[in-house]
Amino acid sequence: MAKRQLQEINAGSMADIAFLLLIFFLVTTTMDVDSGLARKLPPPAPETTEDQPPPIRERNVLIVLINKDDQLAVEGELFSVERLKDKTKLFVTNPRNDKNLSDNFTLAEKYQEALDEGKEKEAERFKLLMKTFGSAVRVSKGVVSLQNDRGTSYKMYIKVQNELVASFNELRDELSLSAFGKKYDDASEVQQELIRDIYPLSISEAEPRNIGGK
Amino acid sequence: MKFRKKKDGSPPPISTASLPDIVFMLLFFFMVSTTMRETDLKIKVKVPEATEIKKLEKKSLVSYINVGIPLEQFREIYGTEPRIQLNDKLSNVSDISSFIEAERKQRDENEVPMMTTSMKVDEDAKMGIVTDIKQELRKVQALKINYSTRKGIKRE
Repeated sequence: MAKRQLQEINAGSMADIAFLLLIFFLVTTTMDVDSGLARKLPPPAPETTEDQPPPIRERNVLIVLINKDDQLAVEGELFSVERLKDKTKLFVTNPRNDKNLSDNFTLAEKYQEALDEGKEKEAERFKLLMKTFGSAVRVSKGVVSLQNDRGTSYKMYIKVQNELVASFNELRDELSLSAFGKKYDDASEVQQELIRDIYPLSISEAEPRNIGGK
Repeated sequence: MKFRKKKDGSPPPISTASLPDIVFMLLFFFMVSTTMRETDLKIKVKVPEATEIKKLEKKSLVSYINVGIPLEQFREIYGTEPRIQLNDKLSNVSDISSFIEAERKQRDENEVPMMTTSMKVDEDAKMGIVTDIKQELRKVQALKINYSTRKGIKRE
């Protein structure tokens, strides 16, 4: 009986081995989660003039400029970053039908237009949208055009991008809350797609210009 | 001397048998929650803050472009202007297209459209170099990009 008790394996060094492994992983790995602003670049500009996309009417473009001294201008006026979000929301929704802000159409109008032009697939889509959100919801033609200088700091650029994305996210959240009773991020894949149809992330990063030098 | 006499009543030594278990638990926690460091950065990259961030999904489909000022020990060779780092070496804007092609070759063909390019740009860098990279990416049809940012505090 006495001999049997001696046969136990000594596990004292197990802790040392585990510590060694632990330290190895602590050194070779990083903890940062990669996150950021997801954007989509426009496809390369067509070279021939025939392939150029049709021009957008001036009132449908919100021109946001950042110069080399990180100053922000919206539609030619000096602007602060803090006010940009509200300005963008106002531009896209255009609640008072201001002539200087973007063109707006209710879903009912859009549906009729698609029917008139014989685009059945689009009409079908608008019908579905009307069913979900009600026919009075407006779709905007507005596009935000973000232009920057080569000398603009990346920090400022991201700050502005962030505000623009924030304004669209807020609009989506508002619509999602009223239609589905939950935030956009919590809505299902299908619901998110419907909301994206109403408020597409229409931020265009314009062709670069070189005005202010480096 | 008084203490030694009390043989029977002295408490037994603390058992360390559970120590390996605890350490293993820690080990597994770190193995799960961290990722392998892939490249040694030769440049300083401190990404700016943003609030409207999305997590990058499918890490295997992400290729990274780092931009920043070379670290102090490399400044004599590479200068103090912001540079691009692809994988392990500092590169020029013209190298990006071949880099993207190489990244695409490593992936399955039907995964290529889902590939994302993550731009890790230092907040002190200027937009000039970023614009050059963006133009280069457009040329090779790598249109899904992600401006890497830290999580900032949301203000109302």
